[in-house]
Amino acid sequence: MNKTALILAAALAVLAGVAHAAGAPAPRMESASIDPRDVPSLQRGARTFVNYCLNCHSAKYMRYNRLADLGLGDQQIADNLVLTGRFEATDAGVQYVPTKTGETMQVAMRPEDAKAWFGAPPPDLSVQARVRGERWLYNYFLAFYRDERSATGWNNLVFANVGMPHALWELQGTQKLVATSFDKASDANAAAIAAKGLALVEPTPDHRFVVKTLAPDVPGTMSPAEYRRAIGDLVNFMAYVAEPAKVQRTRLGLVVLMFLGVLFVLAYWLKREYWKDVH
Amino acid sequence: MDKVIRWIDDRFPLTALWESQWGKYVAPKNFNFWYYFGSLAAFVLVIQIVTGIFLTMNYKPDAAKAFESVEYIMRDVQWGWLIRYMHSTGASMFFVVVYLHMFRALLYGSYRKPRELTWIIGCLIYLALMAEAFFGYLLPWGQMSYWGAQVIVNLFATVPVIGEDLALWIRGDYTISDITLNRFFAFHVIAIPLVLLGLVAAHLMALHETGSNNPDGVEIKKQPKDPKTGLPLDGIYSHPYYTIKDIVGVVVFLAVFSVIVFFMPEMGGYFLEYNNFIPADPLKTPEHIAPVWYFTPFYAMLRAVPSEILPFLPATQFYGVLVMGAAVVILFALPWLDRGDVKSIRYRGWRYKAWLAAFVVAFLVLGYLGVVPVTVWGQFGPGVPLVGGVDVATVVARVLTLVYFLFFLLMPWYTARDVTKPVPERVR
Repeated sequence: MNKTALILAAALAVLAGVAHAAGAPAPRMESASIDPRDVPSLQRGARTFVNYCLNCHSAKYMRYNRLADLGLGDQQIADNLVLTGRFEATDAGVQYVPTKTGETMQVAMRPEDAKAWFGAPPPDLSVQARVRGERWLYNYFLAFYRDERSATGWNNLVFANVGMPHALWELQGTQKLVATSFDKASDANAAAIAAKGLALVEPTPDHRFVVKTLAPDVPGTMSPAEYRRAIGDLVNFMAYVAEPAKVQRTRLGLVVLMFLGVLFVLAYWLKREYWKDVH
Repeated sequence: MDKVIRWIDDRFPLTALWESQWGKYVAPKNFNFWYYFGSLAAFVLVIQIVTGIFLTMNYKPDAAKAFESVEYIMRDVQWGWLIRYMHSTGASMFFVVVYLHMFRALLYGSYRKPRELTWIIGCLIYLALMAEAFFGYLLPWGQMSYWGAQVIVNLFATVPVIGEDLALWIRGDYTISDITLNRFFAFHVIAIPLVLLGLVAAHLMALHETGSNNPDGVEIKKQPKDPKTGLPLDGIYSHPYYTIKDIVGVVVFLAVFSVIVFFMPEMGGYFLEYNNFIPADPLKTPEHIAPVWYFTPFYAMLRAVPSEILPFLPATQFYGVLVMGAAVVILFALPWLDRGDVKSIRYRGWRYKAWLAAFVVAFLVLGYLGVVPVTVWGQFGPGVPLVGGVDVATVVARVLTLVYFLFFLLMPWYTARDVTKPVPERVR
């Protein structure tokens, strides 16, 4: 078989792999209530985002001053949300110049360091919410637990063997994995539903079923309810960053549809008038 | 004004052109719902060209900048998000409209004598549209753009003997790269649009030469003329009657279009795939590569055809590629495959109706199967004869591929044997 045929075969094998992946168990997730019009929530999310995410991730298509959408002035953005800068040679010697608000959200970490520390550079977060979806992200932030076998000491119930450590652990505290084994799939599924939260049912090689849930271990600075609100705000903000024009889009959409409604009445009336003489 | 027009008419057939193509074009008076989609296809073409021009002003056909420039359009260009969503929604809606337009031809036999050339030019438009969509899909330079192009170009590599060189020639490189992106951009923004516009003009000229078919399949040109108007009894001027009527169609279409653009631009991942928000990464194959929805029926056929057909033939994916290509090419033969006495489904017998229904079901289910993994319906048990252990979806796709082709290949027989109803002199 020649090389291109091999590539094609690989592509088709990937498809077969998807099939397999699709068969892999997906966790039961909590639903996230997110309102893109809730400006205070977006502002809180922005604070969490720049404090906890932007250290390792960039959002390099997002300009700081676009946050004017959230009712923030240039000075407020510069004072509260811009945490990066660079050293530049000036007449007065080398000086620290903070990032300007007209610039995009770059990461302070160098890509080669990122690769050395995490195995791969953490992905840019500009459009990440459009890739993963809001619900997935919300549950991802809920799903970290301590795992001594992983390199970072963390693992995730939604994203198994994730390279990212739990950046929000101070807020949430730590969780541990609780695995319960069942003989029958129906019992395992019932237990997963009864868990009323994140739960993953996995078949084992010896034809049993394991239900994986998370239990709090060391408490964090936030209560579980406070933490859920914080990550709800964070996901809300990430969704905003992924598509800043979204609120404008839906608002304009209503106006356009109303206009088309009026236009339809006129066009239809005109058509009826003209077609009166066609028999 | 009259003087200006007369001045032009002495030098250029402006009035004659307008009158022959639309102004004094006589069309049957009984066009129904299905007859909106021709003018709508032209309307979407205009949307695509206009939004495309504005996108080109900020898009950068450069592997290092393409993804970024699309996000730049979405964020920093005034109304850029609207222009981009109109273009991405327009691409899918173009296929929706064209598929319905083609289905209309199947319903009422519009491809039949004397309109064979209109049909053939239409098939060429469909081919050009597929090429246009394929080239355009690479431009956002997301993961699906990249790997979708990779898979499609590799289809050409399955051609015996010359395949590998052919794929290399198309890509201009050993993998999809900046070079490929540049040439696909050239094809997408100028080469194919020129071809499309030329074909659309030819499609309309051919149609206006023969006159339009209608839901009854009655040839109005053969009718006696109304002594008062000099028009065929069932004919009316397309202008203003159909001009006004098509405006209603355009407004309704725009409402549907706007609901998508403003409230669901991703259309659940079918118009804009979620994975395409990840920048192209030549080193990371995505878990799931599926073409955009409008190609999935053909993709399902490709997947359904086994690479080993007969023991003495070499094992290659080329068989699937051939089947996929044949599925499109066979459309061209339609005018000569149909031997029925009547054009319209209204007067056909049960055989054509049954085959058309089977064809539509096959096309839709194949379209669904092209989106999902082959294991979607599980496997047949190991004890089942012939298909034991095989994916149910693969077997279904094979059967439906057969149905798709039999609709065409058996058409000379079932249309000739069908018991048809008499076609009236006048339209209903």
